[in-house]
Amino acid sequence: MLIDQFPAIVVGVPLVAAALCAIVRNETACWLIALAVAFLSFVGSATMLGQIQEYGVALSYEMGGWAPPAGIELRVDLLSGYLLVLVSLIATAVLIYGRQSVRVEIKESIRGWYYTMYLLCMCGLLGIVITGDAFNAFVFMEISSLSMYTLIALGKDRRALAAAYQYLIMGTIGATMYVIGVGLLFTITGTLNLVDMADRLAPLLDTPAAIAGMAFVVVGLSLKIALFPLHLWLPNAYAFAPSAVTAFLAATATKVSIYLLMRFIYSVFGFGFAIEQTPIPEVVMVLSIAAIFAGSFSAIFQENIKRMLAYSSVAQIGYITLGIALANATGLTGSLVHIFNHAVMKGALFMLVGGIALQIGTVRLSDMAGVGKAMPLTMFGFVLGGFSMLGVPGTVGFVSKWYLAIGALENGWWWVVALLMLSSLLVLAYMGRVIEVAFFRERPEGAPPISEAPKSMLMTAWVFILACIYLGFDTSFTVGVAQQAVDVLMGGAQ
Amino acid sequence: MSSLLFHPALPILIGAFLILKLSGTARSIVLLGAPLVSFAFIWMTADGVILAIPYMEWTLEPFKADKLSRLFATVFAIMAFAGNLYALKQEKVLELFAANVYIAFSLGVVFAGDLITVFVFWEMMALASSTVIFSAGTATARAAGMRYMMVHLLGGVVLMAGIAGEVSATGSIAFTSMLPDTLPRALILAGFLLNTGAPPFSAWVPDSYPEASYSGMVFLSAFTTKTAVYVLARGFPGAEILIFIGLSMIFYGIIYGLCENNARKMLGYSIVNQVGFMVTAIGIGSALAINGAVAHAFAHIIYKALLIMATGSVFYVTGKRKFTEYGGLFRTMPLTAICCIIGGLSISAFPFTSGFVAKAMTSEAAYVGQYYWVWYLLAAGTAGVFLDVGIKLQYFVFFGKDSGLRPPEPPLHMRTATVFFAVLCVGIGLVPQQFYQLLPYSLDYEPNTPDHIVTQFQILLFSGAAFFLFLKYYGWHLVESLTLDLDWLYRVWGRKLAVTFTENSGSARDSIIDDLSKGASATIDGIHHRHGPDGILARTMPTGRMVFWAIVMLAIYLLVDFAFM
Repeated sequence: MLIDQFPAIVVGVPLVAAALCAIVRNETACWLIALAVAFLSFVGSATMLGQIQEYGVALSYEMGGWAPPAGIELRVDLLSGYLLVLVSLIATAVLIYGRQSVRVEIKESIRGWYYTMYLLCMCGLLGIVITGDAFNAFVFMEISSLSMYTLIALGKDRRALAAAYQYLIMGTIGATMYVIGVGLLFTITGTLNLVDMADRLAPLLDTPAAIAGMAFVVVGLSLKIALFPLHLWLPNAYAFAPSAVTAFLAATATKVSIYLLMRFIYSVFGFGFAIEQTPIPEVVMVLSIAAIFAGSFSAIFQENIKRMLAYSSVAQIGYITLGIALANATGLTGSLVHIFNHAVMKGALFMLVGGIALQIGTVRLSDMAGVGKAMPLTMFGFVLGGFSMLGVPGTVGFVSKWYLAIGALENGWWWVVALLMLSSLLVLAYMGRVIEVAFFRERPEGAPPISEAPKSMLMTAWVFILACIYLGFDTSFTVGVAQQAVDVLMGGAQ
Repeated sequence: MSSLLFHPALPILIGAFLILKLSGTARSIVLLGAPLVSFAFIWMTADGVILAIPYMEWTLEPFKADKLSRLFATVFAIMAFAGNLYALKQEKVLELFAANVYIAFSLGVVFAGDLITVFVFWEMMALASSTVIFSAGTATARAAGMRYMMVHLLGGVVLMAGIAGEVSATGSIAFTSMLPDTLPRALILAGFLLNTGAPPFSAWVPDSYPEASYSGMVFLSAFTTKTAVYVLARGFPGAEILIFIGLSMIFYGIIYGLCENNARKMLGYSIVNQVGFMVTAIGIGSALAINGAVAHAFAHIIYKALLIMATGSVFYVTGKRKFTEYGGLFRTMPLTAICCIIGGLSISAFPFTSGFVAKAMTSEAAYVGQYYWVWYLLAAGTAGVFLDVGIKLQYFVFFGKDSGLRPPEPPLHMRTATVFFAVLCVGIGLVPQQFYQLLPYSLDYEPNTPDHIVTQFQILLFSGAAFFLFLKYYGWHLVESLTLDLDWLYRVWGRKLAVTFTENSGSARDSIIDDLSKGASATIDGIHHRHGPDGILARTMPTGRMVFWAIVMLAIYLLVDFAFM
């Protein structure tokens, strides 16, 4: 059946298409290729997810016909299907959104390379999610990371070079730690297939190699996730990358690493060990809460809006990992839902800011005075996105925070709920600052007149803003899939 | 979904957006017409759940009506009409827009059938009302609006935490009556109470409302505290703690009001005082008491708005706010003076005014419910109100020492709005039975009995006598003073405090404030130091530092993992 080939198509086609783009290098042609491929991946991912939901069986694809555990297995279950849909959806949307801003922000001679790298990056991210093999995940991690460093550095802002370099160092260290951890696990289990590894690891969990391996994998992935205090590479990378890259990165890159962390903690090491017997949940919880507050406080003091939103991402990642630490079905549901929700709302916000950057030429808060009057649609979208970040009921932000709060209550952790609610005030402080400047201040005298961002940018951003509200009411997709995926994760533990 | 089209909030909400684009006569028509349409919708609405929307695992009931909600909605619509009339020529479009949005959200709260809908409209109200304050445009208004918004959003956080706990415990989001017997419910109650101006957060009312424009305060006085009374009446009738909270609000308002020199600020204290009566009544919780509370809320919106309109007119024509700058204004503003006196009599529960027919029920409920000490304190509170608003306000503004000011009466639309409410005050007092039919419980109660009237006259006469005796033998030296309130605890970080404490502050107090300010700025500096653009946790990091952290984390994981095995 054709659907059996989908896992290979979803990651294979972007890889081939990237090579094609590298040969063609004509901007429009590359864009069309990238768009078609991203959309194809999206359709493929959505079809697979629908299939799995319907039949309840994971799809497995044997690379090159070699059967796992010896061969590499591509494996799509509810959880990875959910992430695949997210990544390919965002990739498609950002391509539609980014055409205009890429034209402004990236030199013409390298625009073909931009689409090449974009496709490679997408291929890597999809690959991390789809593979059932620990080492293969490392390979895809490197594909996505290397292309991402390039993407960040493609912009005209020279500070992006330094940011990309730092990201490169940190990303490499993270990946190295991950691969050391996997190596340790390989030495005692003799397998790289995740399902197989989980089986063989079960009797060996209290060996030093397993524990050290776990520590290396968790820290390595924490670096990739940008979990506090390993988040320091993220703000600059987000702030100085071209707008479209930032929107794509913010919505997908860290999410995919969180997925891998969940896989390791819940599926490989297992709930009964990693959660119940080791202090991982406690450590992750402390770090998550620290991330929420440190990220938000830092966001309040940022003058660069993209940097502000980047710090806000650090905080939002804290919410997601908090759900992992809560270690119950409700909290984990909140975490998975927030992966999707945060991608949608932060993607939208970065897209809107990209539009502002295009029109006024900077992303400094002080230059945004009076933008509300000149770009009402953009700023109104920003306000709605801000509501979602705040967690106002009727937006996606509420849904995920709600599940996290209920998850904390199930553990009897009142103080976590209190901190969650308090952190919303900090969100208000930094989002409110932007809204105040944009709406309640006048544009300085003599400032050049500005108008709304190009239609393609504004419309894509607004589709996401509307999705923030639609998915805030109709939670059947996000919560529905997340709950089933949690069953997979928790079920795999017992 | 189509039933949503007849939600009473909708006409006012649409009107709010229309006035952004309109001007001149068209704007006036929308301003005055929208509340009337809304009024019609309110009375077309049948009882029960009109709209239910499935949301997550529950059912939202964004539109649900009964007698209680209809009563509050009715007075909100009347208030919207009179407020818009009073503000008809307000040039700050933003204020009118925000005020009408604010009214629409208040209507949203009173027709909300579940806690989540209440919360959403509750928060939106906070944002819209802050904007009303902001739009006055002065620096002090901006600062006050910011403090106002922070206090309210903090209250919203407490409320949301309570709702989350409640729903998690009961599995239902229905907004029904409950008692504060669990932590979540106590949090919900605390969130609601914050909006009534209950201690220790009373100060936001007199702090922020007077900073709004002459018309802005009229709107503000009516909705936030009264929606809070509404949710308390629906959610926590008979919660005894409310009696104590309500009584403390009554005396807080009187005492601070007596010391206050700023007329508008004094009316802010008076709001806290009046809402205290309602909160007390809700705490008593009997059918008569609840009737008393909501009747009082209804009457209060009208006479308090009347008082604020009258003093607002004085503020509008003279530009001054302080008693010491007023005096003898009845000569040129007789109509305003008469209306203000009617408002003053109403708030003091003078027989045959709206205040009397409303408050009589609360007193009676305290008596019947055998809360005798509450009855005495309520009577004392009534005397205090008379002293405050019934006499002091009128005396120092319109009579007393002649200030030499000869301002004209305010424009026609402002006068009309004021007179309209003055007529309503007297009208309700004269035909109380028609008014009582609107109340949630049908009871047979007659306020205008000789017994009641004589008792009330005694209370009022003696407190009136006290005022004039005091004035004669000691004089009433109103000075520019600052009454210390609990809000300095949270205003400290505003750093503007030292500036505000100019006169009448001893050196000891100065030094305390000084220390506190220093502490606060040290905290902020500390946060800025760590999280600001150059802070250790936020600056562009040298790569080595990041690697250091990665190693630290690895060490921590290895250590704890091995330690716990």
